[in-house]
Amino acid sequence: MVNEKVILVENLTKKFEDFTAVDHISFDVHKGEIFGFLGANGAGKTTAMRMLSGLSMPTSGKAMVAGFDVYRENEKIKRNIGYMSQKFSLYEDLTVRENIRFYAGIYGKSSHFIKEKTELVLDELHLTAEGDKLVKSLPLGWKQKLAFSVAIFHEPRIVFLDEPTGGVDPVTRREFWHMIYEAAASGITVFVTTHYMDEAEYCDRVSIMVDGRIDALDTPQQLKKTFAAISMDEVFLKLARKATRAGD
Amino acid sequence: MTAVKINNVVKTYGKKKEVTALSDISFSVSKGELFGIIGPDGAGKTSLFRILTTLLLADKGGATVDGFDIVKDYKAIRQRVGYMPGRFSLYQDLSVKENLDFFATIFNTSVEENYELIKDIYSQIEPFKDRKAGKLSGGMKQKLALSCALIHSPSVLFLDEPTTGVDAVSRKEFWEMLKRLKEQGITILVSTPYMDEASMCDRVALIQSGRILSINTPKGIVETFGKKLLAVKSNDMLRLLHDLKQCEEVQDAYPFGEYHHAVMKSDGRQELNNYLLKKGYGFELRETEANIEDCFMQLMKE
Amino acid sequence: MKQFFAFVRKEFYHIFRDRRTMFILLAMPVVQIIIFGFALTNEVKNSKIAIWDQSKDVATASLITQLEASRYFEVEQSINTAKEIESIFQKGEVKLAVILPPHFDEDLRHFNKAQVQLIADASDPNVANTLTNYASAIIIDYQNRITDERKLPYTITTEMRMLYNPELKGAYNFVPGVMAMVLLLVCTMMTAITIVREKETGTMEVMLVSPANPLKIVIAKAVPYFLLSAVNIITILLLSVFVLDVPVNGSLVLLVGESLLFTLVSLALGLLISTKAGSQQTALFISLVGLLLPTVMLSGFMFPIENMPLPLRTVSNIVPARWYYSIVKSVMIKGIGLHAVWKETLILSGMLIFFLGLAIKNFKTRLA
Repeated sequence: MVNEKVILVENLTKKFEDFTAVDHISFDVHKGEIFGFLGANGAGKTTAMRMLSGLSMPTSGKAMVAGFDVYRENEKIKRNIGYMSQKFSLYEDLTVRENIRFYAGIYGKSSHFIKEKTELVLDELHLTAEGDKLVKSLPLGWKQKLAFSVAIFHEPRIVFLDEPTGGVDPVTRREFWHMIYEAAASGITVFVTTHYMDEAEYCDRVSIMVDGRIDALDTPQQLKKTFAAISMDEVFLKLARKATRAGD
Repeated sequence: MTAVKINNVVKTYGKKKEVTALSDISFSVSKGELFGIIGPDGAGKTSLFRILTTLLLADKGGATVDGFDIVKDYKAIRQRVGYMPGRFSLYQDLSVKENLDFFATIFNTSVEENYELIKDIYSQIEPFKDRKAGKLSGGMKQKLALSCALIHSPSVLFLDEPTTGVDAVSRKEFWEMLKRLKEQGITILVSTPYMDEASMCDRVALIQSGRILSINTPKGIVETFGKKLLAVKSNDMLRLLHDLKQCEEVQDAYPFGEYHHAVMKSDGRQELNNYLLKKGYGFELRETEANIEDCFMQLMKE
Repeated sequence: MKQFFAFVRKEFYHIFRDRRTMFILLAMPVVQIIIFGFALTNEVKNSKIAIWDQSKDVATASLITQLEASRYFEVEQSINTAKEIESIFQKGEVKLAVILPPHFDEDLRHFNKAQVQLIADASDPNVANTLTNYASAIIIDYQNRITDERKLPYTITTEMRMLYNPELKGAYNFVPGVMAMVLLLVCTMMTAITIVREKETGTMEVMLVSPANPLKIVIAKAVPYFLLSAVNIITILLLSVFVLDVPVNGSLVLLVGESLLFTLVSLALGLLISTKAGSQQTALFISLVGLLLPTVMLSGFMFPIENMPLPLRTVSNIVPARWYYSIVKSVMIKGIGLHAVWKETLILSGMLIFFLGLAIKNFKTRLA
């Protein structure tokens, strides 16, 4: 199947008492796609991501992730996705190898698989010599790249990236995106949020959330055309300025 | 007139001084300037700000702020600078108004006395003055923190990564506020990891791994790029990037928004065009101007 | 000065807005007094006893009445054979049997000597011990009384009066202990945590870059906890006098003064911890393990210091609560004045100067 849908969302809604954090959103994401999930602070991105990764129960609507239902099969979803955020990623007081083994172990990978793939990953990251160093001794950019490798180590079908490149220097940021491209080329679907609008251009398709709803969803080129804008930054500002509710 | 002058500042951390945060930094900022310190996390921005606000001592070198020595006259400096640390340092359990009143009192002033200065910013959050700071959105917290840092009418304002973690809309508003503050004659030093914010500053220092890569006006930095820069795009961007990196005429290639940027060794536009034509896929190629990010990457790789 | 009050006011806001913490701080002494006073007490109240009265004469009747009149005992049943003792012990309700031999009154009058046998269920040795002690005390009391009545010049009685605490009330022991514990928790732990919290949230950074004197900031943070401690001292004293019937025998002014001195020592310790701890967890850990534990174990409140091995007894000297505990016992229970506790007061004052000096020396006007 070429256009296999790995994420399928219909009218997904999450209410906290009288506050509707996510308001009837619908979209789908194809296999191997890089899907940019943008929105101002408080637009509902985090809540939506939590529902899709099986951490939070929706109030209503439908969502299938990696072929599993978010209501009934959230444990199965968790086995088939990877997750990485700027804030929580690796254990600073464990070595690079220990981190990899720990995370891979969580997903029940055989020690043979872990051993072989660890060397492969370290080689790709040019980290073989640093394998037994504590993660906290690595520069931030390397940590983020390592965290991404760890998030896809168990070969998930989808990886969720929550602002993965915040504060990273421009060169490392591009190296990071190169890794994302390669992961997508290998068939992993990438679901990513970012505050860097130039990164939105790297996505195959971009959705922009405003006040809990998805106000725009298309390829970056088409969005720019629709909103008569020269950059994604402009598209984003045009949409997000309409927001009425306060964020966070 | 010089507002901030830094001479050969060195700062290291660790028992054996094994981590170098700042190695031999020197520059000066004129009165009334909006000066940006731009670099990724871990470049040394926070260390530099803490040294200038007298919170840390440098290992070597010295600096003056508003003419006062940062070590000898640290008390005088604490009277006249405003400082907003990386995390918005507010009391989450105090209301907007209580935070502001508190900061006014510790700076021996009152909100009324300097209301004119903060009016522009504070009026935007005044409708929520009884709300606890912890319940504000990121953008509103940022405005309150800025009001608190301004309440004693400081002559130099230090803002450490005020826009980190804040969305694009709030970031834009924040820079507009800084422009207006600058018009009131306050010297502002602001650090940021976002390269695109450089264009908002009068002058910027690009900083990486504790070293200053370049200090100039945003325009001046761009002009020193000195290489031909081409923007290329195709339907298969990943393959295009591989091909660009293979091309002999290309010194460096990297993704840049919807295009890839190719830094050329010499002119080479025609050669690259021919090279890509042979690859047999459709592409679009045009010349473009370097921006701060291109310069930063070029300087980093030198 | 205006600055200083702004700080104090802000600190009160923090305390009042964190209702849960404030409630815990104010309710803690009440709960502790209740737990120690009623639940964990090793004193005896309305314990059921059995009596095997083999004489059934005037003297035994009056002794039994006296046993029953005390708050400690309740005669559950009378028995008539030795066998019955075991069977009632096995049922578990009765833990003490009082056996009065035949001719009790006669023996007492003719030989000035009579015997009472106490048989206790020693499966819980502590309870058995306490019960027999109480019973003996009542019997001796009775013996003294009848001795007085008859004014017999040659009666020999064993003097076994319980000094200061005739009823062997546990409250006399734990009220001073609870006071030391509560003051330590409120002053040391809370002060340390609240200062370290500002370091963590970054507000301390802004404070340091302000013209405010950093030492003033820190002292202002201690003021509300000092006042809260004063409230706690009053609560504990009121509870002990009116609920536990533990009177303040000595000077109230002296007692409060000494308590305030100990409060200051605790605050100084809190400041000292805050200069060393980088996170709230560290501050909490140092306060609990480094201070509360020694206070409970080594101040003499749980275990008598005289019975400790020499090394522990030596260590107990550096625990401030040990001296405070001794002062409170002397002033509150024994009712003696400053002349008897000047040594302890001096030691506490020395500790205050030492800890405060160390805290000020360690306090940084910069971040590192």
